[in-house]
Formats: sequence, C-alpha cells, structure tokens
Amino acid sequence: MSVSSKDKPVAQYEVEAVNRGKAPKLYKGREPIYPRRVSGRFRTLKWWIMGVTLAIYYITPWLRWDRGPYAPDQLVLVDLAGRRFFMGPIEIWPQEFFYVAGLLIMAGIGLFLVTSAVGRAWCGYACPQTVWTDLFIWVERLVIGDRNTRIKLDNQPWSLKKARLKGTVHGIWLIIAVATGGAWIFYFADAPTLLAQFIRGDAPMAAYVTVAILTFTTYTLGGLMREQVCTYMCPWPRIQAAMMDEHSLTVTYNDWRGEPRGRHRKREGADTLGDCIDCNACVAVCPAGIDIRDGQQLPCITCALCIDACDDVMDKIGKRRGLIGYATLKDYAQNTARAKTEGLDVARSAQVLPGWRQVFRPRVFLYFGLWGAIGLAMLFAVTTRDRLDLSVAHDRNPRFVQLSDGSIRNGYTVKILNMRAEPRTFDFGLVGLPGGEMWAPGINDEPARRFAVPVAPDTVREFRVFVRAEPDGLERVPKPFTFRTFEIGGREQSETAAVFEAPTP
Amino acid sequence: MSKKDIDDATGIETTGHEWDGLKELNNPLPRWWLYILYATIIWAIGYMILYPSIPLINQGWPGVLGWSSRGDVAQELDGVAESRKAFDARIAALSFDEIRADPALFNYAQRSGASAFKLVCSQCHGSGAVGDQELGYPNLNDDAWLWGGTMDAIYHTISHGVRNGVDPAARNSVMPAYGTLGILTAAQIADTAHHVLSLSGLDHDGAAAARGTDIYMTQCAACHGPDGAGNPILGAPRLSDALWLYGASHAQVVAQISNPRLGVMPPWAERFDEATRKKLAIYVHQLGGGQ
Repeated sequence: MSVSSKDKPVAQYEVEAVNRGKAPKLYKGREPIYPRRVSGRFRTLKWWIMGVTLAIYYITPWLRWDRGPYAPDQLVLVDLAGRRFFMGPIEIWPQEFFYVAGLLIMAGIGLFLVTSAVGRAWCGYACPQTVWTDLFIWVERLVIGDRNTRIKLDNQPWSLKKARLKGTVHGIWLIIAVATGGAWIFYFADAPTLLAQFIRGDAPMAAYVTVAILTFTTYTLGGLMREQVCTYMCPWPRIQAAMMDEHSLTVTYNDWRGEPRGRHRKREGADTLGDCIDCNACVAVCPAGIDIRDGQQLPCITCALCIDACDDVMDKIGKRRGLIGYATLKDYAQNTARAKTEGLDVARSAQVLPGWRQVFRPRVFLYFGLWGAIGLAMLFAVTTRDRLDLSVAHDRNPRFVQLSDGSIRNGYTVKILNMRAEPRTFDFGLVGLPGGEMWAPGINDEPARRFAVPVAPDTVREFRVFVRAEPDGLERVPKPFTFRTFEIGGREQSETAAVFEAPTP
Repeated sequence: MSKKDIDDATGIETTGHEWDGLKELNNPLPRWWLYILYATIIWAIGYMILYPSIPLINQGWPGVLGWSSRGDVAQELDGVAESRKAFDARIAALSFDEIRADPALFNYAQRSGASAFKLVCSQCHGSGAVGDQELGYPNLNDDAWLWGGTMDAIYHTISHGVRNGVDPAARNSVMPAYGTLGILTAAQIADTAHHVLSLSGLDHDGAAAARGTDIYMTQCAACHGPDGAGNPILGAPRLSDALWLYGASHAQVVAQISNPRLGVMPPWAERFDEATRKKLAIYVHQLGGGQ
C-alpha cells in the first residue's frame, strides 16, 4: 500500500491559454508607402503612357465630328436620353447595342492577349488606378518632396508648414478628382453646353451627382487607398494568377545572381557575395510596398520601377544590368541551372533575357486571332449594315374588318427606321396580294399599291396602314404577302413578311 | 487544435481549414474593411429612421421622411395629369380640323382617346371596337355609320347617346314593330324581308321580293330610302350594303321587321369633359371607317 508519489501518474492536459495575449491580429491598418523618385526606361515609358491615357480621357469629349445639321457634332457621345451612341462615323441605335457588347468582349479578350504576351502590363502601365495613383504621387513629390522629405514631414508634429504642404497636396488631389469626374460627364452630353450649364448651376442633377461620386472615388482610391485597391479589391490579380504560365513575362529578382546579398563589399569574404548589395532601392521605389526579392507575389503590379532602380545601381557598381528584370519562369529556371553548373560569371554574362519569343507563341496567336476575328467581323458588320429598317405589326384586335362593299380591310402598324442623320423619303409598297390596295391616314389617303413616306432624320416614323382586298381574290386565308420599302434615289431597301386575314369561307 | 499550422510557402498561420489541400491563410483583414462594415451599420440605422422599416403593432414605422411607394405613384400620376392639362385645354378649345392640323396634338388625342375607350366604351363595343353581332353593338371599325361617321357626328353621338330617354339631344328614332303591333301580316313581312335581302344582292326569293317591293316602298322607304341607302339623320341603316348589325339571314331580317331591336347608348356628356369626348371621337374616327 505504499505507493510513492513518484509513481503516481500525473495528468497532462492538451490545453492552450485562451487569453494568451498573442492572438493574431484580426485587422491591420494601412501602412503608408513613400515611393522614391526613380528614372529609367520604364519610368519614361510610364510617363508617356500616363500622358497619353490621361490626354485621351480628358480631351476626347471635346473633339468634334461633323455629322451634318441633324445630329450632334461630338466625336464620342453616349446620348442616354436620346438613346443613341455616337463614335466618329458610327452611330449605334439601342437595338444595335450588341456592337458595344462586342467591344466589351474584345476588351476582355484584349486583356487576355496582353497578359499572355507581356504579363500584367495592364496593371503596371494602363490601369486607371495605376495611372491616377502615379499622378497623385507625382503631386506629393512636387509639393512636399521625395521619399525622405515626405517621411520626415509625416513624422513631424503638426505645424503651420505641415498643414500648408498637406493642404496643398490634398487640394490639388481634389482638383484632379473633380476634373476626373467632370470629364466623365462630358461623354454623355454636348461638352461645351454641359460645361456652361455646369458652371451656371443648371446642369441636370445626375451630372452633379456623377461628378461628386467620381470625385470621391478618385480622391479616395488614388490618394488614400492606392495599393489597397490592387491588393484587396481588384479581382484582376486573382484572374491573372490563373492566366500565367512558364512563358509569361513577370518582374523577377534573379536570386541566382543576387544571393547571397550583402552590403559590405570590402569586407573579407565579399567575393562570395552575389550581385545584390542590399541597398533596398527596389523596395524604396515600389508603389505597392513590397520587396520584389521575396519572389512573385500578388500585390506586385509589375510597374517595373524596381527594374529601373536596380539597373541604376548595377550601372553604378559596374555590374551587368538585369539583377531585377522582366523574365519568364522558364528563363529564370534556365539561368538558375546554368549558374549552378557553370558558375555565376558565365551565367551572368549569358543571362537569357526576354525578347520577341515571349510574344510569338501559340497562345498569344490564338488570343490575337480571336480578338482580331471579332474585331473584323464587327467592322464588316458595322460598315455594311443598312441604315433603314422596316417593322410591321398586324392589328391583333380586330384581325380584319368587313366593309360595307363586302371587301375586307386589315390594319397594320408600320415603323420605318431612318437611321441616317438626314431626312429621307422611302417608297413603301405592297408586294403580292393581288387586287390589294392600301392607304395610310395622314400620309396617303387615296388607296394605292405604293406611296412615298418621308421620314425625319435619325428617327422612327410610325404610322397606320389599312390594306383592303376582295375576299374572293384570296387563294387562301390568311394570305401571306410582303411590305417592301426602299430609299427613293438610294440603294437601301428592307422588306417584311405580313399576312392578310379574312373570314374563313 | 493546440498546434498552430504554419503555411510553408508564406510562413503565415492558417485557419486550419483545408479544401482539397488548399489551406486558408489567417491574414488580418485590412482595417478599412472594418470601417466599411461600421459605415454600413450606420447607414442601415439612418435608413431605418428615415424610411419605413420596423413592423410595429398596428402599422409599420412610417419613417421620418414619410416616403411610401404609393406616394411615389400618386406623385407620378399627378405629374402625368399635369402634363396632360395643356394638351386637353387645347383640345377642348380647338375644332377637330385644327386638332388634326397639329400632328403632336392629334397623336396625343388618339392615344388618350384609346385609353378612355378601354375604360368605358369597351364594355359594349369590345376592346377592339368590333362591337357584338349577337347583342347588336355596332362595329366601329367599319365604314357603316348609323348616325354619321364624321368627327362631329361621332362627337355628338358620344356626348348625347342614343335613345336613352335622358338627354333631349340624344340620337332618337323609332322603327315600328310591324309584326307585334299587327301593322303587317307575317306573310307580308316575309315578302318584305326578301325584298330587303335583294337590295344588297343576297340570296332571296325573287317572287316574294317582288311582292314585298310595294310594301317596302310604302312602309320602309321613307326612312331607309327607296334603294335602301339608309339615312344617318334618322339612324336608319343602309340596307344595300354587306354589313348587317342584327344578321343577314331571312329569319333575322324578319325578326327585325316584326319586333325591331333598337340600340341604346348613354349620354357621356355627364361623365366626361369636352376634351375627353373629343379625344374619344377622334379615336373612334381613326379606327378606319371615319368619314
């Protein structure tokens, strides 16, 4: 009975303190990013693209296009009230909206095409989020200064000077934001007229609301949210992850020549170090706040500014450019393998760089073919389409009316669509239905086989047509026949099948 | 769950959830996300205060703004009525010819007349205005008019009605009940009916028609005309055409002569203002048979 306490089994518990105080954070605030100024090939390219895209956006509504006296003279106009979409020589009616759907499909496939050819170039260069963020950062730099000055200012306690600088930055941002929203509304109305109305204060409420919303979004997304939009909100990086393959161009840190990184080049053992001197220039310039040396990652928009920064450093220390550069996974693997087998120096001098072969591959051709085919089909359709259409609806009640002389009358509602911005006169006639004659109150009151219908420019003319025929002359009931219309003195024509109803004998 | 599961590639703790080998990283949410949640809650509270939201015992909370979808509809209807006022005032003031000369006004009159027709005329004349052969409501689409087919004549008929005994200006006429009152014998009526059928070339007994000719000339021609052309002043229908309000068979014609059915229509001047009646006249006129 003498069991020592040593032998007693001691219970062990699988437990963890609930309130250990080291629970992972649920939320994380945005840490400000202060991209440093950089210059180089890609930065220059980005300035140009920014200039061109912003110019297109702001200037387009002010460009004119003469369409004659009966249509607006704005090059690009989405006339929601009038249900017309003008783009240069092309005018789209609501029933032709599939052309716009085609454009959207082309834009979608175009993104695939660009991604498979040159990677996330859309994100890095052309996306409005990138362009406006770039513009806003440029304003910051202009007013306050470069990275270090901005960090210093942010760390200072509030002062008159800080308030003045910050106020100027946010003021300019707001002006840009208002201009952004302001430019948008001009696509939907005659720009000079709307501008005058807007300033006088008698523009439609929708215009002011639109400007307010776009001002808010531009200011918030471009000034305050920035990379948060790309990292957390945008679906495109997720989709692109699925579109990348080993041939896709992406901004790559070539760790096979960079590692092991080290700053102290004069220390002993420095000759075993890689090319990366750990100067962090690539991190300092990154607008997404990442370190490209951690490898490919979702927040990277491939803006290539780290390439410019690193190339600059490589030039300074006399190493070959391309420690950070555009590369495909395949090239990267090839370079890595060579560095392992043949040594860093050989690999560096023989570094495989991307070229046209990334662009010329079956996948790109496939997308381009699809994209081009849709574009050509739409171009063909839009250039050969008729600007005349005819639609006829037979009266449902009554289907026919017997007249006092024993003949039968049918009623139709006819629509002639003159889709050109000029007044035109169309011949409207009966084809078939022997002995039949028709009249249209207000247009042609005397019974006839055909008559002329003038239609105002760019409008639908709807009118009633009564057709009369002797029931004995009909071979069968209902008797099919055709309404035909053609432009007098033109080549366009349109016809529609119809039936003549009569009591069954 | 005592051990933390750390993802190899990222070094971030996972939530422990796994789907087909895919693990969910336990990254912190961005804080603005939380702020948006708070903003939506504040928005919802504001919305509930401003708009109808909470079901209470007798009725729902009406909201501070007093908004309701019925109110919206009422407002829109008021707006429509307001926009029609100017049109209706002009229609009331102008003559039919003047209305016809203004395409926009004429078009409005037709459309507006159509809806008024559906409201009160379609019960008898049908939604397509084809009338009813069995019940004797005339078809308004054809070119036969008992009381005249000009806009003015139609307007008068609509305003004052037919044989209603209410409106002194109503269209009024009586056809004697030749059979029931014993004016004619059954044989005479049968003969007269054959003559009437012969006027429009329908199947008839030639000998009987010849016998009926004299009777027709003495009894019927005063109103219906010697050759059956009818008389719109008296509402006497044309007998020489292809349209028969009460049927074209011999028996139906006999029945009409013996004990005539006479159409009745209420006066609409009491119910509708001048503009509406004009619009109705214009609508009926444009159905196809207007003169």
